[in-house]
Amino acid sequence: MSDEPLPPPSETSQEALLPPARITLAEIFLTFLAIGATSFGGGVVAYLRSSLVEKKGWLNDDTFLEVLEISQTLPGLNATNMAVLVGDRLRGWPGALAGFLGMMLPGALMIFILGIVYASHAQNENVNAVLKGVGAASVGLLLAVTLKIGRKQLEKPLDIALVVITLVLVSFIHVMLPIVLLTVGPVAIFLYRPRTHLPHKADDHSFDKRPAD
Amino acid sequence: MNLGSLFSLLWVFSLLSIMAVGGGTSVLPAMKDFTVEIQGWVNESQFRDIYALGQIVPGPNMLMVIVIGYHVAAIPGAIVAFLGFFVPSSVIALATGRVWNHFEGSPWRTAIQRAFAPIVVGLMLAGTISIARTAIVGDNDHLQICLALAAIVFVILYFGRKINPALLILAGGVAGWFFLR
Repeated sequence: MSDEPLPPPSETSQEALLPPARITLAEIFLTFLAIGATSFGGGVVAYLRSSLVEKKGWLNDDTFLEVLEISQTLPGLNATNMAVLVGDRLRGWPGALAGFLGMMLPGALMIFILGIVYASHAQNENVNAVLKGVGAASVGLLLAVTLKIGRKQLEKPLDIALVVITLVLVSFIHVMLPIVLLTVGPVAIFLYRPRTHLPHKADDHSFDKRPAD
Repeated sequence: MNLGSLFSLLWVFSLLSIMAVGGGTSVLPAMKDFTVEIQGWVNESQFRDIYALGQIVPGPNMLMVIVIGYHVAAIPGAIVAFLGFFVPSSVIALATGRVWNHFEGSPWRTAIQRAFAPIVVGLMLAGTISIARTAIVGDNDHLQICLALAAIVFVILYFGRKINPALLILAGGVAGWFFLR
């Protein structure tokens, strides 16, 4: 996929990442609360890395990439999955819960209040005008994020074909999403199935994937 | 309060939760189908407004499900929509995170990741088109201004220097207030 070197996986990364002192649940909660309150505009991966790797030192870069890879492969949003996975590694499921709650609480409370205000002003032309502008701007944002991801990850004609097939099925033929996932998914896995004479390189691009959550 | 509508909220948003491969944008078309077309919980311009609210607040923009839930069944609806959309995928993440290392080096793990990368890009493009149909094309007397706004944001983010996207989203809101009333 690219020539960027990936740091070699170390056998001891699991032990090495654990900080000497036991991290409290309150600390996990407050750390994710700060990330949840400041990660505007979909750049959550950058916020997570700066806080968890650089400021707190709870994870090293290898582990961060590994956790990011898991959270991007699974359903759900990056931000939520990362909070759950990191919290679980630090303090088991109570840590996962603390991370989840911290990550979601600021935005959830704000949108709840905005939602109540919106419900009584849904016909207000000023409100509609501002939200229309935000909506239009976010189309530009989504397109830029998607094309950047696509440009970095996809190079083979087969990749492009799968992008187009998925897009046409969902957007133009209006096939329901579960059906798309259950048909295109297995076909794509079959096409990328492991072959001994043609080994695939591991994905080096975890950092650039799907930052739009 | 209607227990039936709470169950519908839980069912719809749990289904969307486990299908959200690659994040929230991937399920936007399905979310619009379910909430606008099938269930009729909000209309199309409300869906656009609520999506925009999700862009303004910090954290995942899919917190918008809280507002949809609130429209259906007030505060209980908001809570149920939130739990429905965020708990199933989080439980899957928790469980998978613990067994993931057992598949270290498995060629199938790589195969699955490579297979889903283009599907996710396709789904994200579909999500972008879905929002564009609602926010730019549909119910709009200002098609050209909205198109121009989207294009300016795209060009700045795609070709320009690194800039916090939140600033452009806020600028879009200000521009909307000036030009889209």
